[in-house]
Amino acid sequence: MNQLRRLPELLGPALLILATAWLGLEVSSYLEAYFLDTLVKVAIVVALYLFIGNSGVLSFGQISFVALGAWTAGLLTMPESQKRLEMPGLWHFLLTTNVGNAASLALAAVVGGIAALVVGLPLMRLSGLAAGIATFSVLEITNNVLTFDGKIGPGVNNFSSVPATTGIWQAAVACLICIAVAYVYQRTRFGRMLRATREDPAAAAAAGISINRQRLLAFTLSGALAGFAGGLYVHLQPLASGGLYLDLTFITLAMLVVGGSGSLLGAVVGALALNGIFSFFSAATNTVVVFGWHLKVPSGTAEIVLGVLMAVVLILRPSGITGGRELFLPRRRRPVADLEKARATT
Amino acid sequence: MTLAFLNLTWPTFADGLALGGIYALMAVGIGLVFGVLRLVNFAYGQLLMAGAYALAYGATWNLPTWESILLCFGVVLVLSLLMEVLVFRPLRLHSPATMLVATFAVAFLLQNIALLKFGALPRSAGSLALLNAPWDIFGAEIRKIAVVSVATAAGCLVILQMLLKLTPLGLHMRAASMDFRTARLLGVRANRVITGAVILSGLLAAVSAVMLSVQDINVTSTFGLQDTIVVLAGVVLGGLNRLIPATLGGFAIGFATGILGGVLPSNQVQYLQSFVFAAVIVVLLVRPNGLFTRAAGAVERV
Repeated sequence: MNQLRRLPELLGPALLILATAWLGLEVSSYLEAYFLDTLVKVAIVVALYLFIGNSGVLSFGQISFVALGAWTAGLLTMPESQKRLEMPGLWHFLLTTNVGNAASLALAAVVGGIAALVVGLPLMRLSGLAAGIATFSVLEITNNVLTFDGKIGPGVNNFSSVPATTGIWQAAVACLICIAVAYVYQRTRFGRMLRATREDPAAAAAAGISINRQRLLAFTLSGALAGFAGGLYVHLQPLASGGLYLDLTFITLAMLVVGGSGSLLGAVVGALALNGIFSFFSAATNTVVVFGWHLKVPSGTAEIVLGVLMAVVLILRPSGITGGRELFLPRRRRPVADLEKARATT
Repeated sequence: MTLAFLNLTWPTFADGLALGGIYALMAVGIGLVFGVLRLVNFAYGQLLMAGAYALAYGATWNLPTWESILLCFGVVLVLSLLMEVLVFRPLRLHSPATMLVATFAVAFLLQNIALLKFGALPRSAGSLALLNAPWDIFGAEIRKIAVVSVATAAGCLVILQMLLKLTPLGLHMRAASMDFRTARLLGVRANRVITGAVILSGLLAAVSAVMLSVQDINVTSTFGLQDTIVVLAGVVLGGLNRLIPATLGGFAIGFATGILGGVLPSNQVQYLQSFVFAAVIVVLLVRPNGLFTRAAGAVERV
């Protein structure tokens, strides 16, 4: 019974993704790009959620694993002739190796996960602001190296000829995989232990939970999902290192916090809502028709609306739209009433 | 005259001191607000940006230098008070993480408003550019701005310290940053103290904006952003809970950045950020509570 009641926790987000994907197929191919972008953002935000939401430690570094995943998947799928043309300084191994779409995504996840493991090993001892700044430093270093090192990627240029294999279904399935991983993780004892450390580190440690180890596990998983999402992203549009830096970090973090960082549903809802609104206003720079009413806004409006909206939601509802709660079927009331009756009679 | 080791020259050393001075001022600005509000203001860089745009407009309108500096101060102060009233005040009792993300939102918003309003092309804030000319001091060519920055920073810090130590408002501010609730119980007015801290922090932002705009004449919507990130790292590195460690942290990271920028060979100077932030990580691992603080107190839960 309890298991059944828990089902919407997974099904709710999954249905939202499927609905988004279905809508994306219905609209014109011009608007479809926005839906694809939204689905990739959901994958990134779910990756952020897996660590930040469950551990309560703010990390600004997850986007660096997205970038590493994007680099991996991009380099491994770009045709060799193009690589020779555009990145002459590339390492020989990277120059000659090519794999398929699915394999490149899997490898992106592996690279993201390994990088997170290596970074997390020393950093997971930190918490609070120190953790925030340390993970921020990781982002700065990754971005700096990826921007200037021509041996491991396009450097300051963007990935121009990566095959665009991320279609609606690939994006939707990838999102569902991320959601399933996050769901399974938070239902296992590891997820529960990490949540315990989030609520009260001292009590959790006293109960025999190794805070370091649990955080490291979540950080690694989150890094793997982030790498995976980065792979999806590079298969969607020509990325450059500047696109996987501060702006993306802020936007995705804001999505998580606005949705409600305490729940998987919050991560998905936040990403869908904010990116939906952002996409709407971006599309409106070229006129959109809303209920027969033509709307046209100057470019840049989308960012400003998003900024105002983020601030307003945080002020009015600091724990996010979902308040950090998952979706449940309503509890059956009877047993409680019985208990009260029993109490009253004794 | 050269310092024997590395290729550190006196001008590089002076530039390092100057950057350290400016970053120290920014660190105090961030630290003051953190002290009373427990809020890490990520939008601090956008205050600098607004100030720099004011200077650029002053230059475009051919205002005298002191008038454009005045304009810069006015814009930054108004903006920081607006931030306080519209965003910080309603969020005052929320968790630090929520407040931090809210300041992201503000930063993002202001940056995009600037982009929409002023465009992507840089504007020149050149009215003080002649300060980049060198002075000959004991045979070393030291840029005037380095001397001016160090002197201004030192002056501001001394004035601020006197303000905090000698005036009632300063006393209240120090009390509030120790323990806000107890301070309120003893009659410290929350709004007054917070507004005071925000104004001081805004003044420091304006001073930093003037100094930084001499070093970097091109004003874009991302002016001051990277500096703010580095200063935030420095502040946490030094120890955010007390003002003096925070200031020292800001100074140290500015000094280190300035020196490294001058010392690194030209094929490695592009990796300056990596070196600085790698050092940040190492220091945080060794002293998570701050480089310039005493032994660890209670664990802070942010």
